[in-house]
Amino acid sequence: MSVCFHCGEPLRGSTLTARIEQRDQPVCCSGCQAVAELIAGTGLGDFYRYRDGSSVRPSESSQHDKWRVYADPQFAAQFTLTSERQTSVTLLIEGLRCSACSWLIDHSLRRRASVLDVSVNAATGRASVIWDSTQLNLAEIMRTIAQLGYVPHPVTDETVTRALREERRDSLKRLAVAGFGMMQVMMFAVAVYSAELAHEIMEPRLLSYFRTVSLLVATPVMFYAGAPILLSAWNSLRSRSIGMDVPVSIALLLAYGASVWNTFRGAGGEVYFDSVTMFIFFLTLGRFVQMSVRQHTAGVTDALARQLPAIAHRIGSDGIEDVPVTSLALDDVIQVRRGEVLPADGQLLDADAHIDEAMLTGESLPVHRKVGQRVVAGTINVGGPVSIAVTALGTDTALSHIVALMHRAQTYKPALARNADSAAARFLGYVLMGAGLTCAAWLAIDPSQAFAATLAVLVVACPCAFAIAMPAALASATARLGRHGILLTDPDALESLAKVDHIVFDKTGTLTRGELQIARCVSLAGLTEQRCLYIAALLEQASEHPMARAFAPHLEQATVEDMQTIAGRGVQGRIDGRLYRIGTPDFVAELRSEQQAFQQRLGHDTSRGAIDGSPVESMGSVIMLGDEHRALAWFELTDSLRPAAASAVSQLRSLNVEPQILSGDGHEAVQAVARQCGITGHFARYSAKQKLSHVLGLQKAGKRVAVIGDGVNDAPVLGAADVSIAMGRGAALAHASAGIVLVSDNLAALPDAVLLARRTLRIAKQNLLWAAIYNLGSIPLAALGFIPPWLAALGMSLSSVAVMLNSTRLLPRATRRTAAPSVVTSANLRETPA
Amino acid sequence: MSILLVLIPLSLALVIFAGWGFFWAVNAGQFDDLESPGWDALRDEPPTDERPGDG
Repeated sequence: MSVCFHCGEPLRGSTLTARIEQRDQPVCCSGCQAVAELIAGTGLGDFYRYRDGSSVRPSESSQHDKWRVYADPQFAAQFTLTSERQTSVTLLIEGLRCSACSWLIDHSLRRRASVLDVSVNAATGRASVIWDSTQLNLAEIMRTIAQLGYVPHPVTDETVTRALREERRDSLKRLAVAGFGMMQVMMFAVAVYSAELAHEIMEPRLLSYFRTVSLLVATPVMFYAGAPILLSAWNSLRSRSIGMDVPVSIALLLAYGASVWNTFRGAGGEVYFDSVTMFIFFLTLGRFVQMSVRQHTAGVTDALARQLPAIAHRIGSDGIEDVPVTSLALDDVIQVRRGEVLPADGQLLDADAHIDEAMLTGESLPVHRKVGQRVVAGTINVGGPVSIAVTALGTDTALSHIVALMHRAQTYKPALARNADSAAARFLGYVLMGAGLTCAAWLAIDPSQAFAATLAVLVVACPCAFAIAMPAALASATARLGRHGILLTDPDALESLAKVDHIVFDKTGTLTRGELQIARCVSLAGLTEQRCLYIAALLEQASEHPMARAFAPHLEQATVEDMQTIAGRGVQGRIDGRLYRIGTPDFVAELRSEQQAFQQRLGHDTSRGAIDGSPVESMGSVIMLGDEHRALAWFELTDSLRPAAASAVSQLRSLNVEPQILSGDGHEAVQAVARQCGITGHFARYSAKQKLSHVLGLQKAGKRVAVIGDGVNDAPVLGAADVSIAMGRGAALAHASAGIVLVSDNLAALPDAVLLARRTLRIAKQNLLWAAIYNLGSIPLAALGFIPPWLAALGMSLSSVAVMLNSTRLLPRATRRTAAPSVVTSANLRETPA
Repeated sequence: MSILLVLIPLSLALVIFAGWGFFWAVNAGQFDDLESPGWDALRDEPPTDERPGDG
């Protein structure tokens, strides 16, 4: 059980503890310790009892007080709404995972006397806070949340939040009107139908009374609850296309119109208010479920898109000041500290930098950039602090251009939904023709039957079951997927996923964790492993290279003298009077020869280091430790696989889905990962263009390809894929084009998703088949006059109910709401090598 | 059957009342978050500031 009590990550040798509810609990780092003790110390320890899973590990950068700029009222004003003395803000909270998290934030904010109201919504990951602006400022609020280990982002546009909330409230109201209305109308309809079934003649006055009341109830349902459907049909007609809402609206209007006509005409003819209201209720329900899912997804994407910083450190004539990024100008000089995201494109001024460009290139290892070279916004500085002269801002940055390209690419995506729509439109065309023929035929044979038979055809053929066949299955599947931590952002994606036979992984961040760890430590000169790790950790502590992070858990307090970092090669330093080097084997070996040659090669070293600068090669996974006399040890560093990677791959294969790896990384790294997961098809050193042509090649060969990625360079590949899947913590932009997002980062969800997609498609097909059989089978009967309109209406409703019931088979079984995520978490823990 | 002339308008009035109540609840934000408030009840005791810092 060696996992951190707070964040649930492996302890990796940490001996720190936090005292929570009278017990010492292990934690992995001082950040987690501080947060856990803060939570317990302020009497909020209950949080740990009620949360669903582990919390987020507080990032290093959150310890720096970056909230100070929010104290500036002018800067804060763009995020807040102020009236009199009350100020309100909506914050998107990164790391808000469960209801217990929202409870924690709520309670710690309420402790401040000047906070007037807090509401934290776990579903959307947002908190809105109202406080007394004379007592408190935005910076304080954000700092309070940050102290708990979450990262607050101000929602730049308060109006967007309001619009989303209004949309949700609005559709709830429409749903309620449709539901109430349907129940009322149904009540009268049952009375009328049962009288007809018993062959009793209803008193005409009573019948017309029932009809008038039904009309009164159905009218708000039709024109209030049904307004979005009618409007969207009108809009699609105006843009000269036929959407799914067009046939639906025509059926609704005809049925409603005929019912109104018959109500006022008197006893003759049928009314279909029951069918109209029921139809609208089911449609509204489907829309409501889909809207909820979309809003949730939008919230997640939104949070990630806010990774671009709001603040920059500008170097002015009187030192460094924190300013909002929006107030930067071209040629300003800004400082970017270690671990910070670059706020703008710029030119490196004073020092070489190690930049994590994974967001742009998907490259997992940082890239070495020299003075004078360009660096771009959105990438992360993983080296020491650097100064940058701003060359492009905002919409001019390379990142923005990529986003713009991606949006354009997305519009090219063929919408599968259009097929269903055009099929329905064609179907409706035939129905109208059939109704016309029926009417004409009956007018010739027996005019008194004509209207009833025509209406029966129209009602019985109303593609109601047909219309909800797909949405109902989809809504159930979406709910089920949500419990597995899979978000569906594009309904088409599920259909495509069911047919997929190739899954292409972009290695970076999909199969691996993206964190280097020490896999092996081999001592060469009789030193204990501990001693080797001790020396290595001391040397690496000053290095900003990601490899150095692997040694951090072994760091102890001791002094190192004469520290020198040689870019691309390694580190040298003196511990207890002895000179050590750690880095590439030849760099370490040179120390021994240099002792004889009185180290005149240092200048040469740096130039060679620069040539070797391409990190994939020189940052191979083996590094060596040595002193002036001999090599002491070597370390093998590997990027560990995600816990479920191997089992997910084998499960995918058993589903007849062939996994492949396309990666920009070096051959050895890719091969190692492929071997560990058992993937045979792997391709290393692929550029974004090569990845794209590979995927297109597979598609040309008739394969259906899903692509899983997390970097921006994936965008073209993701766009070309039949299904695009993004990992939840990856770069924000991948989400925009991905049809499916794995929020939980849990690869085990992937085979589940494929399986569920196939089941969904199967059920949707059953639904469509049933609807088609019902419609096609009943139309001739109705046309021949065998089906009275009331039976047609009943049949139509029953066929819809059958479709709905069939779809509910996809819903998750009645488990406790929180059970699923915690099961996933414990499964993860078991598989994590301790 | 004339009782229906009274009962049906009455039921309609009740439906309108229920609808109004629901609209009020939605507008008052009762349906904005259906999860978090449920957790408040699970807390054993009201938060106190006097609780010792290191437990």
